Order: sequence, then C-alpha cells, then structure tokens
Amino acid sequence: VRAALRVKEPGLLSTIQDLGRPQAVAAGVTPGGAMDRFAHSAANLLIGNNRSAGTLECTLTGPRLFAERSCLVAITGADFAPRINGEEAPMWTGVAVREGDEITFAGRRSGARAYIGVAGGVVGDRWLGSLSTNLLAARGGMHGRALAVGDLVSAADQELPDEAGRSLAGDLRPQYSEHTLHAVIGPHADRLSAGARDALFGETFTLSHDSNRMGYRLEGSSLEAKGDELLSFALVAGAVQLPAGGRPILLMADHQTAGGYPVVAVVVSASMPVAAQLAPGDEVRFHEVSIETALRMRAAQLAALESLI
Amino acid sequence: MPPQRSAVRVRVQPLGDTALIAELGSRLDTALNTRAIALAAALKKRRDVRQAVAAHGTVTVQFDPDQITLEALGLAIRRLATKRPPVEEPGRLHRIPVVYDGPDLEHVAAELRLSPEQVIALHGRPIYRVFLVGFVPGWAYLGPLPDELVLPRRAVPRTQVPAGSVAIAGQETGIYPLASPGGWHLIGRTTVRLFVPDSDPPSLFRVGDRVKFFPTSP
Repeated sequence: VRAALRVKEPGLLSTIQDLGRPQAVAAGVTPGGAMDRFAHSAANLLIGNNRSAGTLECTLTGPRLFAERSCLVAITGADFAPRINGEEAPMWTGVAVREGDEITFAGRRSGARAYIGVAGGVVGDRWLGSLSTNLLAARGGMHGRALAVGDLVSAADQELPDEAGRSLAGDLRPQYSEHTLHAVIGPHADRLSAGARDALFGETFTLSHDSNRMGYRLEGSSLEAKGDELLSFALVAGAVQLPAGGRPILLMADHQTAGGYPVVAVVVSASMPVAAQLAPGDEVRFHEVSIETALRMRAAQLAALESLI
Repeated sequence: MPPQRSAVRVRVQPLGDTALIAELGSRLDTALNTRAIALAAALKKRRDVRQAVAAHGTVTVQFDPDQITLEALGLAIRRLATKRPPVEEPGRLHRIPVVYDGPDLEHVAAELRLSPEQVIALHGRPIYRVFLVGFVPGWAYLGPLPDELVLPRRAVPRTQVPAGSVAIAGQETGIYPLASPGGWHLIGRTTVRLFVPDSDPPSLFRVGDRVKFFPTSP
C-alpha cells in the first residue's frame, strides 16, 4: 500500500466507499457503501480492480488531487468536468496519471456523485468488514470522516501492469438524465387510497434540501394512507416509506436499518444508480414495473459491467 | 398419523427485485418473534440468501435473484416456517440500572392516571424481550410493556434526545443509544453503553436477548 493521491481541496463531501457492510445491520448499523454501485463498480473494473475495492465518492463538487506517484485512475458517475493538468479528461475510461499531475473538476454538469477509482483499490480503515465511511459512528475509510486538505489517499500496489484507455461504451452507461425511477409495488401499498396510488406513480416529486446519503425526502402531493402503525421491520435501500403526513421518503445507502412506516413502493436495483445521481431540488417520478422487468433491467446492467472484466 | 405441523400462515411479499419480507404475524408476541429468529437463522445458511434479519414477526431477506426466484424462495420459506420452532434457549439477560427522572415521567403518570412511583414499579417489573435491534446503531425494541403503561408516541417528536434516555411508546420500551431525534416518552436514563463501535459485535443487545430494568439513584 502506497500513497497515491494527496488532497489539496476535498470538495463538498468526498468519502471512501466500497460495497458496504450488509452483515452489520444485525447490530443496527446501516449497510452503507457507494450510493451508485454501478459507477463505483465501473471505476474499479476499468482499471483492473475487483468491483468491491474502495473508491472515492465525491458529492456535488469534485476534489483537487495531486498525484504522489504514477498510477491509473478512472472517473465515473456524475459529470463534474474532470481535468488532468487543466486538460479535459475522459470519463468512464482508465487514465494514466504521472507523478506531479493534478486532477481537478471544472464544475458540475450533471449528476450528484462522481467516483474516482485508483488502480490497486483505494484503501482505508476497515470497520465491520468494510472500508466504507460511516460518518455517524466515525468509523471506516479515512478515519471515519470525509476527506480533508492534506489527506493522503493510498492504494494497494498493483500486481498487473497498467493498461490505460479501457472505456465503457457510451450506450452501456446509465441514463442519469432520465429522472424516472422504476419501482415495484411495496408490501403495504394496499394502505394507499386509489388517488394516492395514482399520485405516487403519476406525479412529479422534488428532492428536498435535507436529502442525503440516508434518504431523500420527497416533496409533492401528500399521499393518503390508512391503517395502524406497523411493528418495525428491517428495511432495504430503495424502499419508499410513507410517514404520517404523507410525504414519502426514499431510503438510500445509509438508511436506518428498521422502521415501522408503510413501504408503498421499492425502487428496483437497476434504478438505484439513477437515484444516487439525484441532487436536492431535482424532480423525480416513479414508474411502476413488474419484478420480471426489474430483473431484465438488472441483467442488462450486470452485463454492461461484465463487459469490463 | 401425519407429522405434526403447527398452523402457520406466512405472507411473502417482494421488497423490490432482490429482497422480500416474510410476515409470520403482526402482533407483538414472543412466540412469533422466536419463529422469526429461527426462520432468519435457517435462511442465512442458504447460498442464495445474502442477509436475513428477524424483526418482531417478520424476516426481511435479501437474496441473489441469479440463484433463486422470488417464487422458489417463497416456497422454501413456507416450508421452513411450518417446521416446529426449535426449543428456544433463553437469550442473555441484561440488567440495566435506570435513574427514573426523565422529563416525561410526570406527564406519563398523569396520562396513565398513575403516580410516578407506580410507573417506575410497573416499568421495572417484567423481563423484556429484544424483539429487534435496529433503526439506529444499538437501538433495541423491547417489550411487551405492561398494559397499564401503553401510551401513543408524543404528538411532536423531540429534535434531540440525549444518549442513554430510557423511553416508552406503544407496547414497547427502549434506550436511545446515541443522541438523536425521537418521539418516545422519556422516563429515565442509564449509563450503560449500548453501542461501542470498536467492540465486536458493537451492539450490547442481540435479538432474542432479555432485559430487566431496576431503579438506581443518580
């Protein structure tokens, strides 16, 4: 393991993430991990890493990074206009940087979260089986916190020779600009009035400004639901909860592990990368699909990643 | 004679394309919770199951749809659930000292037409069961509460509840492991640490454990 990148500016919220700690939910600890698993996985696979290796997840603004040594990197996910020494750098592509190069981002063009993979895999503190940063417990990744000025981001030494220039075909990249989330009906959807169900799958919602890695509060028409409060049950990312008051919440990577609000819809796994790229203020709609359709979308997305292996 | 099978109805419903929820019942019931824990343990042994978490009367299962369909897993769950649950070993017993001076104690007593002393005595009487660990790190849903103490949640949740607060709501009681917002009635506090990030596991309570509260002075 050697230092690869020095943080000159951290950006708004840049954290080390991997595929999370699903086993930790038994202790009430959120599974965490990269919000956009597709972009995270691609950033690794493009440069020969295992998809579960660590990457940097950069929120709304990109960091300024100084290369401490020559290494291969890949930048995926949101388009923050990446530059290497001031020159536009291709996204979704393995790029060789030399010692002394500087990676910067000119500004957000689309999406909410960019991922930076480093050949060998970004390393960090491991907690409960994962190096994902958990800000609440202050554990994992860069000592349980977001990147700060002066931090050194390290990556494992690579065994294989670098091969720059591998790229994910444009038609295999997620359609982030299409803010429609495909969702299957939730286990408690029968509590919705007919009008509320139509509104859930027909109207446009706006991400409120307190939306974050835990979940998105959705503003729009209030959805009416009937029935008593449920005894709490274990939740999953993608679940659309409906608290009293009728404003739905879409649970994301750092979601609370259990809750008792009705789950009226669940965003399908293939739509979660698009969900991860929504920013506060963005509009979003839900489109109801069958499990079969969801599985077809999932298979297509996995095939796109497998094209990189 | 046919093999003895207990009558169990399991409702299996999808939670998206890679998870499902199996509901054994919707009541707060120790026997149901025992079955949920046994079902989750059996499911965790399967290759096609990534995670299974028992809650009150449900099990939330994350599975690999490349290895098994929702329908096939649903059938397997119904088969597993009809097996007689194993004789339960009693969970670990935790004795939790509580200073009963919570900001809602007087109000709770008034609402329930009890004296604060009666609320304290009633709260300390049962051995509670951990029905679910979750929501936030280290939180455990404990119950059932004596009928005399059942109250709906606060109409307006507090924006900040101090760590260690002992609270009641509905048929359950719990301890806030970390400072957080919360809508339960605060009747006391404890110094027992429920969540220690660097211990393994980090949560003191496990589902199926037993908890007894006893009053102590500050």
